Amino acid sequence: MKRRATILLGSAVVALAALAFAATRVVAANKIDPVADAKAFQNFFFQKFPNVKREDFVNGPYSMNEDMRRQWQEKEEFPPYEFALDAGKEMFAAPFKNGKGYADCFPNGGIGIRQNYPYFDEKEGKVVTLELALNRCREANGEAPYSYVKDEMASLTAYMAFTSRGKPMDIKLPDDPRALAAFENGKRYFYTRRGQMNFSCASCHVQSPGERIRAEVLAPALGILNAMPIYRSEWSGMGTTSRRFITCNSQTRAVPLEPQADEYRDVEYFLSYVANGLPISGPGARP
Amino acid sequence: MKRSLPLAMLLALTVALPSARAATDADFKAAYAAAEAAFKEAAGLRNQWTTTVSTLAAAKKAADGGDFDRAVASAKEAEALAKASIFQATSEKEAWKAMEIR
Repeated sequence: MKRRATILLGSAVVALAALAFAATRVVAANKIDPVADAKAFQNFFFQKFPNVKREDFVNGPYSMNEDMRRQWQEKEEFPPYEFALDAGKEMFAAPFKNGKGYADCFPNGGIGIRQNYPYFDEKEGKVVTLELALNRCREANGEAPYSYVKDEMASLTAYMAFTSRGKPMDIKLPDDPRALAAFENGKRYFYTRRGQMNFSCASCHVQSPGERIRAEVLAPALGILNAMPIYRSEWSGMGTTSRRFITCNSQTRAVPLEPQADEYRDVEYFLSYVANGLPISGPGARP
Repeated sequence: MKRSLPLAMLLALTVALPSARAATDADFKAAYAAAEAAFKEAAGLRNQWTTTVSTLAAAKKAADGGDFDRAVASAKEAEALAKASIFQATSEKEAWKAMEIR
């Protein structure tokens, strides 16, 4: 009898312990933990592609395919983004009508700071991307904003990225529930299926990097924004991060959001944060 | 065999008759209103499909050209597409978590 009671008591203790452990796991699963998310995100790619050097993920499809890599390395001798880079350097140095310039709007005169964008602006309570900050700078100085998707904006960001080449992405997440919410919203956007094709960003860039979709080799999501802006042969020109998001949406047959919509700002924040530590490689060139 | 032939003809007529009537402007307006309502709901969810936009525009264009059969068919297709995008947006509110890297 005593033995039976001991067994019963033991079983109850084990059951309670299992319940408590499960409950902790549920709470943990619901808690927003960007540090753990970034670690898991990076490990996923490092384990999936053990032969790719960590800093090489920022080179997108070239890190996945040796033939493409060789073509790209030859192209880099006369890179297709060079004109945009030169134009961006000139534009960046040219003063506004009021005599001020871009350098007055950014820390360190705008040089070598690309790795800190996007950032969470605690005053506004929202994510501010580099493209948004550039247009805000223009408007604050009485200039008309540029299109977010190409030409001037791509040239300016190309120059700013170039001054940060090799610097590790360094996105901060302040201790602010709104920043956590923006990170979570970006993560949600990244994994949410949309469009008639029922694709999420992750369908291509997490589930299938290195695979072909028609003639293209899909880039890994890890470090995908470190190379922005990019010259795309498909576009016959330069494109910004905004253009990349809009094109991805259209390709899944989803109506794109307006450039710099909250969702796009948040997904840029999420993707940049999880790429912390990987070098800036922009401006880039892609097929 | 003798009995089944008239029955089959009756069945075929029953199926064919409703679609044999040409659609009217009123049919189009009713179909378009239903499609537009679903279209607006999808837009509110920020999950519109490009094919819904183009199919709804095709319905309007066909109606403007007086082809109400085509207009009604396109409007119904647009409504179905919009409803599918609404279903997608609703189910993805939770389903996205299954794709997350943990």
